[in-house]
Amino acid sequence: MLLIHCPYCGETLPETEFAYAGEAHIARPENPSEQTDAEWVEYLFMRSNVKGVHFERWRHIHGCGRFFNAARHTVTDKFLTTYKAGEPRPDIEALTGIKAGVKEGEK
Amino acid sequence: MTFDKKTAGGVTIEELPAEARFSLRVRDGERAAVAGALGLELTDTVGVMTSGSGRKALCLGPDEWVLSGAPGDAAAITAACAGVYDAAPHSLVEISEREIFIRASGPAVEALMATGVARDLSRIGPGQGARTVFDGTPVVLVREKTDSFRLNVWRSFAPHLLGHLFHVQKELASGL
Repeated sequence: MLLIHCPYCGETLPETEFAYAGEAHIARPENPSEQTDAEWVEYLFMRSNVKGVHFERWRHIHGCGRFFNAARHTVTDKFLTTYKAGEPRPDIEALTGIKAGVKEGEK
Repeated sequence: MTFDKKTAGGVTIEELPAEARFSLRVRDGERAAVAGALGLELTDTVGVMTSGSGRKALCLGPDEWVLSGAPGDAAAITAACAGVYDAAPHSLVEISEREIFIRASGPAVEALMATGVARDLSRIGPGQGARTVFDGTPVVLVREKTDSFRLNVWRSFAPHLLGHLFHVQKELASGL
């Protein structure tokens, strides 16, 4: 079982209390009516699907109920860090030496 | 639902009497005013329970508390919060009928709880609690004393949870 640190509770807790909620840092268009179909496709459906460090949203649904963001390595399943929603992406390269969001072979 | 108190295998499982319970959501800026009206402190540390004026408040999330008091206190709690609503907007919902209250206590209680809760129970000290999952069932768990836990569980989930608790109690009693 994964152990996930909730930045709101300040505790490292079992995975069963959490729900995965997709990729993080995807901003909703500010002027929806001015978006082209191609831009809507990009916003709604296109995700990075990285092999490596992935920024993703989680919700502590069976706990404090809050959404937060996490950086997880999709190969090792290891959580590098978690941080509150609304905070900027942490610099993973400085923390671990791994480039974030870059597919294998593009380094 | 009701059930009989049962002691075996170093644990006692019993039902607790009804109480007035409320779900309270309030933002940081209005928290002090609501706490003053209720006559207790509202901490923003998740998992910590505070008490005052015969009421208890367990912090479940950064802006969420569950209030409990004597069964006859419900009207007074509602009135106290309504009195400060204009100055300090908040959400107060009565949930007294939603849950039943189970107490598990005794020297083997940690072994019993560990069969359902994946959390590290040693991180929950006496007087602390949390909303968590017990064998797939959402519960509000409070550690009343070192060897006594209180489980607040939705009525519809109670038969499953009690089935699990009494089953494990039998296992403990048989020495498994």
